[in-house]
Amino acid sequence: MSQARRCLPDGPELATAALSGDRRAKARLLTLVENGHPEGRIALATLSPRAGQAHIVGFTGSTGAGKSTLVGHVAREFRSRGLKVAVVAVDPTSTLSGGALLGDRLRMRDLFEDPDVFIRSMASRGHPGGIAHATRDVVTVLDALGTPVILLETVGAGQAQVDVARLAHTVVLVEAPGMGDDVQALKAGLMEVADIIVVNKSDRPEARRTLQMLRSARLERPQAEATEVDAAVDWEVPILEVSALEARGIDDLVAVIDSHRGYLEASGLWQSLRVAHVRAEVETWLQRHLQELIDTRLDGTALDAAVGSVLNGNQDPEAVARTLLRDLLEGFATDARTTVQAEEEV
Amino acid sequence: MRNNIRVLIAKPGLDGHDRGAKVVARALRDAGMEVIYTGLRQTPTMVAEAALQEDVDIVGLSILSGAHMALVPRIMEALRRRGLGDLPVFLGGIIPSDDLPELRAMGITAVFGPGTETRAIIDHIRETLRGRAGVTGT
Repeated sequence: MSQARRCLPDGPELATAALSGDRRAKARLLTLVENGHPEGRIALATLSPRAGQAHIVGFTGSTGAGKSTLVGHVAREFRSRGLKVAVVAVDPTSTLSGGALLGDRLRMRDLFEDPDVFIRSMASRGHPGGIAHATRDVVTVLDALGTPVILLETVGAGQAQVDVARLAHTVVLVEAPGMGDDVQALKAGLMEVADIIVVNKSDRPEARRTLQMLRSARLERPQAEATEVDAAVDWEVPILEVSALEARGIDDLVAVIDSHRGYLEASGLWQSLRVAHVRAEVETWLQRHLQELIDTRLDGTALDAAVGSVLNGNQDPEAVARTLLRDLLEGFATDARTTVQAEEEV
Repeated sequence: MRNNIRVLIAKPGLDGHDRGAKVVARALRDAGMEVIYTGLRQTPTMVAEAALQEDVDIVGLSILSGAHMALVPRIMEALRRRGLGDLPVFLGGIIPSDDLPELRAMGITAVFGPGTETRAIIDHIRETLRGRAGVTGT
């Protein structure tokens, strides 16, 4: 049926086309990278050295806080300043079916006809940290292709989904009014990584109270809670109120996002964040390789035998897992040596 | 390496009835597909841009307003202009059978009327995409 879609994807060719401004090549490349396709990995390796210029702004907060609508407004505000924008919006994958309903675009409809806004929806595909495994790679590609501002929207996130901080320069925590006194307890994890806190839906009467509560919660923060980064710097986390519904407070928010970038650059943190991000990237790959090793190399018979010996009471689960892992890693090292030898012989 | 089918479900035109589109979107999700749902009142440009940026494998349009004979050609043209002329597009809604031959000629792969089992739509998508590079059924 379709020749173009049938032909095998060629990573470097797509990368070249995407660099020259071919938006379809860019979209296809993002798919390959998202799927962990070997050609995508090759393209990623070619493009990575070009990355590191974009301002990556993460938006996180609970489901229904208004993240998507707000991200849409922020994108428009950056556009009005003449900057190209990419939006990467992550929604959860169903644990039952493996499918996903990606509905964030729905809230950004005003941007659809602007060719300088590129919106990409991603399913979390089982990754628990509020973003997908491949979100980092997708962001790297967009960065390498010369997008100056990348807005990253996480899945509706609670306490533990702090992965966005390992990827973004500026983390915006979006709160909705009516969370009451529980907010501090509920959001301790996210509050810690937020660079900017936004109370959305300021058109609602409860917004003022939430704002006051958050401000006093910040003031009462015990010293012990302050992280290393906090201790080293003097960025006072601003708490702003906006209404995404009425598009109020957006210009202030974008001004604060901009000044956070300025602050990062002036303090030298921009560079240390780059180091932290690359470190996180390497760690992510370590985990992915390990997972792949388990998924593809673990011998079913050996696993059954291990389960049997736990059931017999001969060994405990931790010990058998350790033995299985040792064997896997030995096999991996042998394979790597064989590959290197084979390449040298060629 | 994962390879979910990516589907765009769009509602072009001015009618405000998106229940059918939502039911289909959810059924496709439950069949293991990644569904990008763009909501109501999409212009042909919006549909084509979403299809391009999201790099979907197939597009489903829901049109209940009776404007399908005006909207479909404009959407197909917007897709072609973006190099997506080969993208399969199916249609759901209230479509008189007299229009079917012409819609087929425009490149619509299937038309689903009221009362269609969602199973039929899932099967159509899988059948259409079978054997396509980069797409393995789920």
